[in-house]
Amino acid sequence: MVVLLKAFIIGGILCAVGQLLMDLTPFNVTPGHILVGYVTGGAVLSALGLYQPLITWGGLGATVPLSGFGHSLAQGAIEGAKNKGVLGALGGGLEATSIGVAAAVVFGLVVATFFRPKG
Amino acid sequence: MPEKKIGNQTLQFNSKPKLLSWSSIVGPMEGKGPLGKHFDLVLKDNLLEGDTSWEKTEQKMMQHSMEIALEKIKLQAGDLDFYLAGDLLNQIMNANFTARFLGISFLGLYGACSTLTEGLSLAGMLIDGGFAKQVGVSASSHYDTAERQLRYPTEMGVQRPMTAQWTVTGAGSYIVGKADSGIQLTHATIGKVKDMGVSNANDMGTAMAPAALDTIKAHLQDLGRSMSDYDIIITGDLGVLGTTVLKELFHKEGYPTDNISDCGLLIYGPDQDSHSGGSGCGCSSVVLNYLLGQMLNKKARRILLVGTGALLSPVTSWQGESIPCIAHGVVLEYYG
Amino acid sequence: MREKEEQEARERLSKRQGNIQPPTVFDENLKTRLEKEMLQDHQKAVMWEAEAVNGGKEKYKSLRQEIEKQQQQLQQIVINNYKKDTQKLAQKQTVVKNTIWAFFVGGLICTFGQAVALLFMNGGLLEKEAGSATTVILIFLGALLTGLGYYDEIGKVAGAGSIVPITGFANSIVSSALEFKTEGFIYGVGARLFTVAGPVIVYGLAVSLVIGLIYYFI
Repeated sequence: MVVLLKAFIIGGILCAVGQLLMDLTPFNVTPGHILVGYVTGGAVLSALGLYQPLITWGGLGATVPLSGFGHSLAQGAIEGAKNKGVLGALGGGLEATSIGVAAAVVFGLVVATFFRPKG
Repeated sequence: MPEKKIGNQTLQFNSKPKLLSWSSIVGPMEGKGPLGKHFDLVLKDNLLEGDTSWEKTEQKMMQHSMEIALEKIKLQAGDLDFYLAGDLLNQIMNANFTARFLGISFLGLYGACSTLTEGLSLAGMLIDGGFAKQVGVSASSHYDTAERQLRYPTEMGVQRPMTAQWTVTGAGSYIVGKADSGIQLTHATIGKVKDMGVSNANDMGTAMAPAALDTIKAHLQDLGRSMSDYDIIITGDLGVLGTTVLKELFHKEGYPTDNISDCGLLIYGPDQDSHSGGSGCGCSSVVLNYLLGQMLNKKARRILLVGTGALLSPVTSWQGESIPCIAHGVVLEYYG
Repeated sequence: MREKEEQEARERLSKRQGNIQPPTVFDENLKTRLEKEMLQDHQKAVMWEAEAVNGGKEKYKSLRQEIEKQQQQLQQIVINNYKKDTQKLAQKQTVVKNTIWAFFVGGLICTFGQAVALLFMNGGLLEKEAGSATTVILIFLGALLTGLGYYDEIGKVAGAGSIVPITGFANSIVSSALEFKTEGFIYGVGARLFTVAGPVIVYGLAVSLVIGLIYYFI
């Protein structure tokens, strides 16, 4: 149960930060900005070694938000660079996140084919 | 001096063209609103049966509203000398398709939410100038077609800010012509484009208020009238925030604001979660139907309808440009 | 003749500069007069520039640009004043309420993810595999709820709470693809799938590549 509570807290905090970014910044922050910001921000934090502790503590609470996607990208690239050099750095990110990207594209296509927007 | 122009921006129609007929079609949400029973037709869904796109539905709404307006006074499309229409879609495609169906001389209009008053002003000019006997005017908007063109896809889980207005799903049509009695079109005031640097597509009320201020002031000045000469001065559509801003601007200059109202405030109830009220070409087009009904019931004798348009393009919006705005006013009187 | 007119235009230009100093609150009449004057001078400068031969264009161009700068400055003052007047009228965003909802819904989605992952692990999957499988499930649910028309209702209340989790990524992909199905499967669905996914992948990959390279060279 503690695992679930921890996931709730860390996930909630990450989302609340996103909400504050949208509501309190003077710019017009769109969902696109938030998603891109979280992925790149997560990747940078991950590279600095600051994101892994969040995952160790909060489990899926830190990987379900898009910053977790950024973390996977960064770790993939780092792994790739260690094992295969420059080519690994190039391909490692996508390799580590390939399942998620493929799932998003395929499910997107399927849903768009079979459903109709309600408006 | 031109004979029919008074002051800087106001036109006087000496032959007093009349509104011969009108009609309105709205979507389900507008039908549930406080004015629901004043509209000719309320759709059950935002998509008409058998249509594959919202654009098709919006086009049919415009076309059907014109057909109803014609049928009410037993006219045919061919009896109209001109058709003036516009909407919010890129290249005003709904108006173009409707004009194709009607098969009469057509002038396409784009003035965003000011399209209706732009059309009525031009109709007045055509008739008063002796160029036409009867002119049809239509304007329409549709929440889903506007939203996906100007903002986000409708299924995207975004939070609309409190300043955002809800685009009305609705179409209104009017037939202006010569008659002995009826509601008459006496004046029109053609506005100037005003831009106060607002670039937020979710805050069009604040963007449009200065345009409305400018047009109303010019109108009163040109005719030497005051606010109290009108039973109601109704803007379409500044929404909740825009109306507050407009009143504030008038207060600053020492005008009374008691009889200022807004179409965007009337169309939805407070429980309908529209945030800052209604907007879109369709809003003033259908609310005017209700206002004309009120006039026939002698609840108001002289009104000034000021259509306010946020001339918003998705292209320049993404490029960070501000929103130029315009407002045109028309005076309607009924002494029957 | 032209020289004299130009001289006058330049004099007006420098005289106007004194009037256009923030943060003046403008007298409406003065503003109208200045705007009219600038329009007239600008028109002249454009004409002179057009008529001038090769070498002569420069000085008119600079005059035109000076006037344009003044027009912008004046406009900016008007805009700033308007902004100051109207800002306080805007209804405040309900930040506290929004943040609490975002926390709650976002937390709930993550808890659900954690629960699914625990089930997978009980079923014998390794932690990493369980995480991947959960991601797939969440993306599927996000896409499905979007197709059924519920996700935008959740988003209305939850804000970032339903944007930040991976389900929000799925929602943004599906919503634009779904909405543009009317434009066909190639340029409608196929292209629009990447309206939001595109930027996310582009910048995510770019940053991860830089990170990988830094690791390689250090």
